[in-house]
Amino acid sequence: MRANVTSLVSGTLFGAGLALGGMTNPARVRGFLDLFGNWDPTLAFVMGGALVVMAIAWQIVPRMARPVMAETFQLPSKSDLTPRLIGGAALFGVGWGVAGLCPGPGIAALVIEPVSAAIFVVAMLAGMALVRLTEG
Amino acid sequence: MMLPGFPDAAPLDGLAGGVLIGLAAAVMLLGLGRIAGVSGIAAKAAGLGGSGMARGSAWMFFIGLPLGALAVMLASGGLEARFASPLVLAIAGLLVGVGTRLGSGCTSGHGVCGMSRLSGRSIVATVTFMAAGIATVAIMNALGWEVL
Repeated sequence: MRANVTSLVSGTLFGAGLALGGMTNPARVRGFLDLFGNWDPTLAFVMGGALVVMAIAWQIVPRMARPVMAETFQLPSKSDLTPRLIGGAALFGVGWGVAGLCPGPGIAALVIEPVSAAIFVVAMLAGMALVRLTEG
Repeated sequence: MMLPGFPDAAPLDGLAGGVLIGLAAAVMLLGLGRIAGVSGIAAKAAGLGGSGMARGSAWMFFIGLPLGALAVMLASGGLEARFASPLVLAIAGLLVGVGTRLGSGCTSGHGVCGMSRLSGRSIVATVTFMAAGIATVAIMNALGWEVL
């Protein structure tokens, strides 16, 4: 229950931040990626704001015995650079550039442009299912 | 506030949105001890692997995203958004879905959470997807392919 409420609060803050920062508008995101054209630097400010707050949060982690609402920290531990990581990131980047949407804004935009956002989200989940099916 | 040279930019809204996203990720990290990676959480909610969090918690986060956007939409009297055609959205969604699973994350997990932790994997992934996105838009523009 406490975990669910914490998760809901995090998701809601996240969705509000995406909308406020303009990231739920694919035109603005594509404007940021249009570095050699009519560049819109707004996304750099979004990233900057988020990175500063999270950099502070990471400084607090070592001082905590455990998370406030959970038993243990469960953080990624991999450090290897693999073709899979780089190839996957490149494919993601191409998809991001094509329509100006990544997973968070796509899901958040379900209340802004329901049909368009749903097409993107369903296709995204299908892509995830494809990886799951081929890798078992 | 206007940014000189960039009439379309909204730097203060962007910064405020970014701080909210940072707070959201901090709540996930300090509250549940986990990374707020949207692609992994969405995969978990859909039963497709992904994040190690409980499926119920993954659903709560998933549902929170549109709720937060709705709050901003209501408070601001509507949000501007321009989307590509259904076919383009479907192709992009497939690429994003496959890419985030193979690449173990997206703009939130790698870009916000991983980079702020100075994770080498996340920095490489972020530079890679940024470069791929920039190249994609540049090539599409050069070919005169307007999708929005």
